[in-house]
Amino acid sequence: MCLGVPAKILETGDGAAVVELGGVRREISVMLVDDVSVGEWVIVHAGFAIEKLSEEEAEQTLALFREIAGADESRNR
Amino acid sequence: MKYIDDFRDPATAKALIERIRRDAGDAPVRLMEVCGTHTVAIARGGIRPLLSGAVTMLSGPGCPVCVTPDGYIDAAIALGRDRGALLASFGDMLRVPGKSSSLEKEKGTGLEVRVVYSPLDAVTLAAATPDREVVFLGVGFETTAPAIGGAIKTAAVRGVRNFSVLSSVRTIPEAMGVLASDPDVRIEGFLCPAHVSVVIGTDAYRPVAETYGIPCVVAGFEPLDILLGISMLLRQKKEGVARVENEYSRVATSSGNRKAQELIRDVFVPCDTGWRGIGVIPGSGLRIADRYAPFDAEKKLGIPVVFAQEKTACRCGDVLKGKILPVDCPLFGKACVPEEPYGPCMVSSEGSCAAYYKYGAL
Ligand code: SF4
Ligand code: SF4
Repeated sequence: MCLGVPAKILETGDGAAVVELGGVRREISVMLVDDVSVGEWVIVHAGFAIEKLSEEEAEQTLALFREIAGADESRNR
Repeated sequence: MKYIDDFRDPATAKALIERIRRDAGDAPVRLMEVCGTHTVAIARGGIRPLLSGAVTMLSGPGCPVCVTPDGYIDAAIALGRDRGALLASFGDMLRVPGKSSSLEKEKGTGLEVRVVYSPLDAVTLAAATPDREVVFLGVGFETTAPAIGGAIKTAAVRGVRNFSVLSSVRTIPEAMGVLASDPDVRIEGFLCPAHVSVVIGTDAYRPVAETYGIPCVVAGFEPLDILLGISMLLRQKKEGVARVENEYSRVATSSGNRKAQELIRDVFVPCDTGWRGIGVIPGSGLRIADRYAPFDAEKKLGIPVVFAQEKTACRCGDVLKGKILPVDCPLFGKACVPEEPYGPCMVSSEGSCAAYYKYGAL
């Protein structure tokens, strides 16, 4: 129930948007987020987008992961 | 899928586990994952055994189903039975035990309960059945609060007058404060819930970190998020600091979702509320504001939620406070199994006892 899940916006409309969730297309409310556009990622909880996902921040975290994995490889060498 | 699989890389997981083991020191560090979704992700990812000896993960009170008091279930049943309301609920509420029954048992004998995915679906249901009062069972934390508030506002705007909410919405930081100050629990770091934090902002934990000197890290729900979150907590401990850090910066910000916060402030007012197994925590509840009284099922239909400390052999309270692990409960796996739960932590798929049962008593 408290499970927020990432989903990609497929269509936008008036206060609503269509996303794909678990293989099913679903209309969600976007009243809690500033205008979303097709292709953006949002976190959906109980039928509402609660926030957008920042691709830039996601890339930064992934870069940190690569650094950690890389650092450990060199340490073990 | 991008942004999901990327956070599951096994090589990085291995590196993080090594880093955590190096940083942990001698005695296992006692960390609490506050949220039920973390509990499940940790169990499903098999993270507990990977960290054994270095880190003990305690499961916290972050499952609304688990902490909803039996008086709430009793009130919901009375709304259906005595007031003829059509109940609309998230699915995982159905098997939660009340004092003598559950919604599921009552459903078998004629109580009308519809499972909905979103509170908005309950408004739609009300609009479609104008001759019946539709009561949405509004449980959850700050993640669900804006959705419930959004449904109430939508009903108000659309003039749907046969819709109301039985509110048992709770806020997390107050509960963390209670656990942080409990000398029996001895929490050394909080893995803070990802999606609650998306709404309230990571700054909301600063009082917990500063008042109790306990490091807080907001972490996402993928395996690497959790491992990095744990590693960040250990680094703080090693440095002897206690601050709030954000591993989940791809979604959560320091100030949170202001639109959602405004909506919560508009529709709800903070109140004291009872948590199953824990007791009353001052200021940890959200009741419906007087200006939305026509949508408050307790006021509208005259059936209040009465909180009383449960008298039961279930040790959920101690599980939720991190005092015992589910396996330490004498009923675990015996009188209490997911098919026939004795206590609420075994009911919901994200309850601690259910997670331990399903993924092995780790
Ligand atoms: S079990 Fe249900 S209620 Fe508990 S955290 Fe999870 S989803 Fe939320
Ligand atoms: S095993 Fe069952 S009875 Fe024991 S604490 Fe968990 S839910 Fe309660």
